[in-house]
Amino acid sequence: MTTRILIAGFGGQGILFAGKFLANKGLLEGRQLSWLPSYGPEMRGGTANCSVVLSDDPVGSPIVDRPDVLIVMNLPSLDKYETAVVPGGAVFVDSALIERPVGRADVTAYYIPATRLAQQNGVPGLANMIMIGKVLRECGFTSFEGVEEALHSVVSAKHADLFDVNLKALRLGYEFE
Amino acid sequence: MDKKVLMKGNEAIAEAAIRAGCRHYFGYPITPQTELAAYMAKRMPKIGGVFLQAESEIAAINMVYGVASTGRRVMTSSSSPGVSLKQEGISYIAGSDLPCLIVNVQRGGPGLGGIQPSQSDYFQATKGGGHGDYHLIVVAPSSVQEMADLTSLAFDLSEKYRVPAMLLADGTIGQMMEPVVLSEPHDPVFTEKDWAVTGTKGQREHHIVNSLYLVPEELEKKNFERFERYQAIEDNEVRYERFMMDDADYCVVAFGIAARVSKNAVVEARKQGMKVGLIRPITLWPFPKQALAEAAKQVKGFLSVELSMGQMVEDVRLAVNCSRPVALCRRTGGMIMSPDEVLDALKKLAGGAES
Repeated sequence: MTTRILIAGFGGQGILFAGKFLANKGLLEGRQLSWLPSYGPEMRGGTANCSVVLSDDPVGSPIVDRPDVLIVMNLPSLDKYETAVVPGGAVFVDSALIERPVGRADVTAYYIPATRLAQQNGVPGLANMIMIGKVLRECGFTSFEGVEEALHSVVSAKHADLFDVNLKALRLGYEFE
Repeated sequence: MDKKVLMKGNEAIAEAAIRAGCRHYFGYPITPQTELAAYMAKRMPKIGGVFLQAESEIAAINMVYGVASTGRRVMTSSSSPGVSLKQEGISYIAGSDLPCLIVNVQRGGPGLGGIQPSQSDYFQATKGGGHGDYHLIVVAPSSVQEMADLTSLAFDLSEKYRVPAMLLADGTIGQMMEPVVLSEPHDPVFTEKDWAVTGTKGQREHHIVNSLYLVPEELEKKNFERFERYQAIEDNEVRYERFMMDDADYCVVAFGIAARVSKNAVVEARKQGMKVGLIRPITLWPFPKQALAEAAKQVKGFLSVELSMGQMVEDVRLAVNCSRPVALCRRTGGMIMSPDEVLDALKKLAGGAES
C-alpha cells in the first residue's frame, strides 16, 4: 500500500515539521518513505507545503501531485489543492482558519478547528500536530501507537521541553470528535 | 552499521564525503545546496577538518585545486550559476590530472534562473563545461541513498583515474529526506602518491602540478595520455539501472528526479497493458551507450525524460544510432513533469511507432 500525503498552509504553521513527524513515524514502522518540502521563497506568512509518501514498496516519485490525504491549514491551500485529491481520498481542514466547506462529494472531509483548539488548550502554535492527531485517528496508514518515539526523533534535545506539548496536541487531535 | 536514518539529500552527501575521508571543503553559499555547506561548517571543525567559506566560487574551486595537488580528498559544492563560475578552475584541475569532487545541485537556468530543480546543466557536466579537451566523471543520484553512495564512489573513481568527478544532482533530490544507510567511516588514508606536491624534504625530485604546456607536441601527448584513461573509464566504470526492461517494447531513459517520476509512469503504463521499461543512467559520463544499443535491438522506441529543453536526448540518439525513434518528454525552468505527462508521451510514441 502507498499513501501520498500533502500538507499545506502558511509558513510558520509547522507544515514541514508535521511532515517530518509523519516521515519519522513511517521510518520507525519500517516503511519506505520520502519527505519533500517546498523550498521556494517561503517565510512566515507565505505559503508552504510538504509531500510525504509512505509505502510498503520503494517510493517512486517523491512529488505528491495527486494526494490520497490532503491536510490544509489555510484557504489558498484548499483552493489550490482540493481538485487534486484522488477520488475516495481524505481532506483535513483547519476549520478555525478556513470557513468554507470542501466542495467535492467524492472525498471524505474532516473539519477540525485546530488553531482554536491549540489556543484554548495551552498548546499555541501546535495546530499542526492537532491536525496530525486527527489524521492518525481517521486514516489507517499509520497508528497512534509509537507516537512518543517518533516525536523524540523530531523534537531535538535542545527543545526537549516542547515534547510534552507536542504529545498533548497530538492527543487533542486524536480524541477530537 | 545498517541503521536507517532520515536525512536530506544534501546532508547525505556531506556525511558520506566525511566518511569517505574528505577533510577539506571549500564553498560559497547558494540555494538549493546550502544544507551541504551548513553540515560541513558544523562537522569539519569537530573532526580536525577544514570548512572554508571562500569569498567567491572562483576562489573556492582554486582552493580545491590547491588541496587536490597535495593528494588529499577535497570537495566543493554549488548550484548551477555557481558551477558556471567554477568552470575555469575545473578545466585547470582536469588539465593538471588531479582528483576532487564537485557537487552541482542543479537549479533552473540559464543566467541566475530560479531556485527550483533542473537538469539543464547536463551538457556542461558531460561535455566539458570549461575549455579544452577534457571530461569529468559524472554521477547522477536519484535517491538520498545514492547521494551518499555515489559521493563515496565519485571520490574513489576520481582518485583511481586522476580525473575530477562531478556529482550532478538537482534541487529535489537535494532537499528531500529519505531513509539512508551510511557506510562505515574510514579514516583518511594518505597513500603516498607519486605526483602529489607534499614537500621533497630534500629526499626526492620535485613533483610538478601544472596545466601549462607551451610545446604543442608535449600538450598533445598529455591529452592523448589522458584520453587513454578516459577510454579505460568508458570500458570499466559505466553504471546504470534497468527497470522492467526484460520484455519491454518501449524504453524510457531518465536520470535523477526525472527517473523517479518516470518509474511511476512505467508502473502505470504496465497496468494499462503497455510493455514499458526504464534505463536509468547512474553515470552520465561515461554514458551507458552499450546498454542503450542493446535495448535498441529489443524495443520499438525510446523516450528521453528530462528537466531541460532536451540535452541527454542527443546522447540517447547517438547511442542507438538513430535505429529507433527517440522522443522527448521535457519540462524546464524548475518545473517537473507529472507521471501522467510521461505516460501521455509514451502513448504518443507508441501510437506513432505502430502506425
